[in-house]
Amino acid sequence: MIKFENVTKIYPRMSSPAVDDLSFTVPTGEICTIVGPSGCGKTTAMKLVNRLIEPTDGNIYLSDERGETRNVLEMDPIVLRRSIGYVIQQIGLFPHRTILENIGTVPQMLGWGEARIRRRAGELVEMMNMPLEFLDRYPHELSGGQRQRIGVARGVAVDPPVMLMDEPFGAVDPINRNILQNEFLRLQQEIKKTILFVTHDIDEAIKMGDRICILNVGGKLEQFDSPANILAHPANEFVEDFVGADRALKRLNLIRVDEVMDAHPPLLQATQSVEQAVGLMGEQGLRFMYVIDADRTLKGYARLKDLQGQTGWVDEFMEPAATAILLGTNLKDALSEMLVVDYANVCVVDTQNRVRGLVNTEMIHEAVVESSAAADEVGEA
Amino acid sequence: MDEKSVSGYSGSVDPDEEFSLQPAKKKGLFGRFDFPSVNDVLGWTVIPVLMIIVVMLVYSQMLLPIEPGSMEANMMGSWEVGFGSVLDAAVEHLRLILISTGLAIAVAVPAGILITRQGFRDFSGLILGVANIGQSVPSIAILAVAMGFLGIGAKTAIFALWLYALLPIVRNTATGIEEVDPNIIEAATGMGMTNRQILLQIELPLAFPVMFAGMRTAAVINVGTAALGAFIGAGGFGTFIITGIPLSRERMILVGAILTAVLAVLMDWILGKVEDRLVAPTARA
Ligand SMILES: Nc1ncnc2c1ncn2[C@@H]1O[C@H](COP(=O)(O)OP(=O)(O)O)[C@@H](O)[C@H]1O
Ligand SMILES: [Mg+2]
Repeated sequence: MIKFENVTKIYPRMSSPAVDDLSFTVPTGEICTIVGPSGCGKTTAMKLVNRLIEPTDGNIYLSDERGETRNVLEMDPIVLRRSIGYVIQQIGLFPHRTILENIGTVPQMLGWGEARIRRRAGELVEMMNMPLEFLDRYPHELSGGQRQRIGVARGVAVDPPVMLMDEPFGAVDPINRNILQNEFLRLQQEIKKTILFVTHDIDEAIKMGDRICILNVGGKLEQFDSPANILAHPANEFVEDFVGADRALKRLNLIRVDEVMDAHPPLLQATQSVEQAVGLMGEQGLRFMYVIDADRTLKGYARLKDLQGQTGWVDEFMEPAATAILLGTNLKDALSEMLVVDYANVCVVDTQNRVRGLVNTEMIHEAVVESSAAADEVGEA
Repeated sequence: MDEKSVSGYSGSVDPDEEFSLQPAKKKGLFGRFDFPSVNDVLGWTVIPVLMIIVVMLVYSQMLLPIEPGSMEANMMGSWEVGFGSVLDAAVEHLRLILISTGLAIAVAVPAGILITRQGFRDFSGLILGVANIGQSVPSIAILAVAMGFLGIGAKTAIFALWLYALLPIVRNTATGIEEVDPNIIEAATGMGMTNRQILLQIELPLAFPVMFAGMRTAAVINVGTAALGAFIGAGGFGTFIITGIPLSRERMILVGAILTAVLAVLMDWILGKVEDRLVAPTARA
């Protein structure tokens, strides 16, 4: 848990506060995104937690997984900082140290042995989908996206319960940002950290946050709520403007394909006979079907017109590749993927490429209509 | 909260030693052995070979032909003795440089670090400005002033050379540290590094290339300046020059001047090679 209690920061020689009487609580295991226009005090608010900046007034409390609550102002800043993961936009990897040494920065200060650090760094690099060889490389030998992943790995190295992330994906291009965001959300499902995540991008705030803290210039809290509630019921005009006119569309960010997909779609086996397959397609009224093998791995898709009048096995006549969407993808990404490849139906697969369901544009449409109806109900209640 | 409870956050890694990977091979002072390319061979040999040729020319054309009984022979001994006195002068010259530059490093590096610390940062410009003015005083003047209170001899020359070497090293130490990307320092602070750890593990290693360049400059300038040491009886190659001038013996003056230049070129070359080895390519990126 991270708890802000009437926190104010006025920089020396400044007349107005950078953070103004801020109070909110981030429950354990949740991501809270802090979002707002440039200069509204997001970074300041975040740095108050690990005391890179000292508050003028108020208190900040942290609790670890054992439920012990501590006032950060009563802790030794060095000890405090080593217990909090810290990731910044400019990454700040040490250029003269290898990836291993970079990731090992905090573990080494906490007295871990060399073998343990290497093991942990290896684990993290693999968790970030990078090869173990990277451990002995230097930061300048990696791409921007890879460096950013190492920045995150370095932040979680000692498995700190609390993390602070200041625009961690702000410096990467939109495509890679999306990949990094999705990777991080998947990682978060495993590691369940309590995270303050600063961003200036409302879309990112909606996508990443379990809760959103919207700040206005002068460090004033405008709204603190779940993304769904903020989209459905902006507290005031500022929030409404900031969230934008496409609120309904943004709601796509909040729903994952798992929630709307057909988990038992009709599928063809690669080893099925063509006659059987044609029969099945006629029965279902389908012009094409996805093909899987015995352990449900996606093999490709077969078109009715390619199968008709043929004899043999399905895998002889199918298209041997098909774009699929990963389980856990949100509807906005799923939809944009479907538009890119021009599929009306697309398979949802797990990380082993095993088919877990099927989603189509109709299901997505229905889900959006349902969710706005549900949001309106909450508003009326 | 104490340190122990922090390390208690440390995840679920079991102590399975077999998983531990081979540690990275660090490049030593002389690096890995790679078969040298033509460029490497030239880079390593051109300067020393040229310098050996120059020294051989000096020896055969200027020292060997000294006639026994001539005034030069009286000053420098016979040619054999002459060669011996060249070696003695070289040793004296090198000693002046090494001691003065070494002492300058010992003082200037801490001073350079100090002026980048909080509280001093605001004054670092002023301090460097004053030091800059000091640098623009001609070295012969510094020698003369130093002689006023230290008398003549090697220690006066060492003092003047030391003073002269301070500025480039202080300046480059401070610049090198200040040029470290502030985001790197912020990341280090945010992860809980102490100021001391940041200085020793981050700032100094990253500033090292710039710092070393300052030391190299100081040492090379000192080779030339040390030739003036002979005026106050400190020995070195300058002895030939100041003996040759009143006697109008161009040959002696040239021996002193050429050998000083050879030493300066060699000093720069050697330190350049040391720099190549010490400064990891990654720190330059
Ligand atoms: N060290 C500082 N001294 C004085 N003012 C500062 C300092 N850091 C930030 N500010 C001011 O405080 C406000 C909030 O800054 P910041 O927290 O960096 O905003 P954000 O991260 O939301 O862009 C800005 O007006 C900024 O100019
Ligand atoms: Mg900021």
